[in-house]
Amino acid sequence: MDALLLQVLNGLDKGGAYALIALGLTLVFGTLGVVNFAHGALFMLGAFCAVTLEKILTISTKVKDESITFFDAYKEVPILEAKYPVVGGFIVDYSVPFSILVAIPVMLLIGLIMERGLIRHFYKRPHADQILVTFGLAIILQEIVKHYFGANPIPQSAPDIVSGSANIGAVFGLGDNLVYPWWRLIYLAFSLSIIGGVFAFLQFTTFGMVVRAGMQDREMVGLLGINIQRRFTIVFGLAAVVAGVAGVMYTPILPPDYHMGMDFLVLSFVVVVVGGMGSLGGAVLAGFLLGILQSFASMNEIKSVLPGIDQIIIYLVAVIVLLVRPRGLMGRKGIMED
Amino acid sequence: MNKMSAISDWILFFGFAIAVLTMPIWLAPFGANYPDLMQRFAIFGLFAIGFNILFGLTGYLSFGHAAFLGIGSYTAVWSFKLLTMNVLPAVMFSILMAGIFAFAIGFISLRRSGIYFSILTLAFAQMSYNLAYSVLTPITNGETGLQLTLADPRMIDAMAGIEATRTLPTTNLFGMKMSGMPGFYFCAAALIIGFFISIRIFRSPFGVMLRGIKSNQNRMAYTGLNTRPYLIWAFVISGMYAGAAGALMAVTDPLAGAERMQWTASGEVVLMTILGGAGTLVGPFLGASLIKYFENIFSAYNTTNLNQIFDFMPDSIQPYVVDIAGLFVGKGWHLTLGLLFMITVIFLPGGIMEGVRRIGLLFKRNKKNTVDAGGATPAANS
Repeated sequence: MDALLLQVLNGLDKGGAYALIALGLTLVFGTLGVVNFAHGALFMLGAFCAVTLEKILTISTKVKDESITFFDAYKEVPILEAKYPVVGGFIVDYSVPFSILVAIPVMLLIGLIMERGLIRHFYKRPHADQILVTFGLAIILQEIVKHYFGANPIPQSAPDIVSGSANIGAVFGLGDNLVYPWWRLIYLAFSLSIIGGVFAFLQFTTFGMVVRAGMQDREMVGLLGINIQRRFTIVFGLAAVVAGVAGVMYTPILPPDYHMGMDFLVLSFVVVVVGGMGSLGGAVLAGFLLGILQSFASMNEIKSVLPGIDQIIIYLVAVIVLLVRPRGLMGRKGIMED
Repeated sequence: MNKMSAISDWILFFGFAIAVLTMPIWLAPFGANYPDLMQRFAIFGLFAIGFNILFGLTGYLSFGHAAFLGIGSYTAVWSFKLLTMNVLPAVMFSILMAGIFAFAIGFISLRRSGIYFSILTLAFAQMSYNLAYSVLTPITNGETGLQLTLADPRMIDAMAGIEATRTLPTTNLFGMKMSGMPGFYFCAAALIIGFFISIRIFRSPFGVMLRGIKSNQNRMAYTGLNTRPYLIWAFVISGMYAGAAGALMAVTDPLAGAERMQWTASGEVVLMTILGGAGTLVGPFLGASLIKYFENIFSAYNTTNLNQIFDFMPDSIQPYVVDIAGLFVGKGWHLTLGLLFMITVIFLPGGIMEGVRRIGLLFKRNKKNTVDAGGATPAANS
């Protein structure tokens, strides 16, 4: 029972990342009709926003180490911390959450530039062309990041206060040996709130209503005198922001390196297809579902019966879903059925 | 008209064969006439030509062809280990094995089209890659890669009385060592055979069917035709090409690793085909050679070279130029690749062949305007 709960939690936070990326992919696909292979790169760029901010905040100076009295010893201390011990230390400690504030405008800008500069020209081109050009863009983005940050993963730390583990066993009355990292719980809550936010935005605001109307019938909305194109561009920016903050928050769980985007992209695409192309709810559902399935498949009990199942479970599910329910779990009729 | 096109096909074929076989001579001025690189031209050319039979003719974009390349390599190395160091059986087995896998994967994937097909093939390729890395380690030797060892049985070789030596044996074709130039000629022969088959497929009723599927599959179905068998055959044939290319990789260097099956490798062959021109005969080979050539050239540069090259510039701007150029060469070669990819797709979706055709048209129009010669025959075959 403990183990099962643990696996569900494990799956949920991984699923949260899949769901956030898949949500953005579906949003872009549903509005612009573009298959964006560079979406994983946006996730990676978000993660590197966190890395950059941490690098800037921890530009260090040499300070005399008071604890060593025999000789003059120096240690490296971030300037911020040396100048303002309390506030500076707090900011450095919380660099990952603070990165979200940086990542939102940066990712929005990147998203808008990408849409206006490149994606716009590919609305009418075949999906194969869209895949290829965004694939090329993803390669370029990740090579640039590799050039500046190197090829090795750069570990980021969560704030001290949540770097430990939560004793969730006590909460559920299951004994004391069931502990789970705080940050992963936070990630789960974070991803759920972002997903909720996006849905609320689309459901309850006028802007969201227009966007949904545009997804249904773009031409009609255009005929009503609404500049639907501009709104779709903003939606692309929004999707970039969602991917970016998902990347920021994921850094303490997985040290970011330049090809993390590609790894997540392939999985997220599978998630989108399983959920049903163009269905937002499907993308979220499939994200969490596949995350949980994957973490169950990596349990030792299951691996001893079916060796290697943890490596292929997601793809296997995708193949089965595509063959049994060609439109995915919640796909609608008439989308991408050429 | 038919006769004309048949003749021009033969001209194309012999021109291609001669060009490939004389590569050691005419590539010398480019500094690319060493066997290792030319082998890669031939191998990836074969791979891309095969991919083009699927993508160029039917328009089905597979993102998992590298899986067949890997399967071909593994099969070939196992043939070296268990049976004989002769390369012919290895290539045969590889093609057969890749064909079987391609049939199984194609049978399932081809139930869907468009992006779903791409995702399905990608899923299968990733599955093969992950399995090769983890559970199938007894067969694939996991991360280390499958290699020859001294203890290999090599049954046929043993029966034929070839003594086991203390050093690792080399691949051979009835005693002829398959490294260096002979290895290149073997790959070139395979490439030329592959090219010939590709011409025949392009001109056959089968090829016309595939093109019909590309332009409008629904209409093909309305005429009462079941398109699936055609698609499956196209998929299997292109998978066999990939298997052959994988086998050749093992022939020139008897070692097989799982990274050959990764999806970036599948992306590379897509790029080769697009860059050269999908749906054309020689385009894929051109694209493959160009990419491998540039990979070779660009990766070799470093800051010292660049400083020499940009020596003519004023000192104030030279370091910046070198810095920027340094992004694109050496380890940054992939950046150039990505850029090339985007530029091709954006500005020249038809690839190099499209560019050549446009330039040709330009000249033809000029000629018509000035001389008004009427007998210009359209050369739309290649």
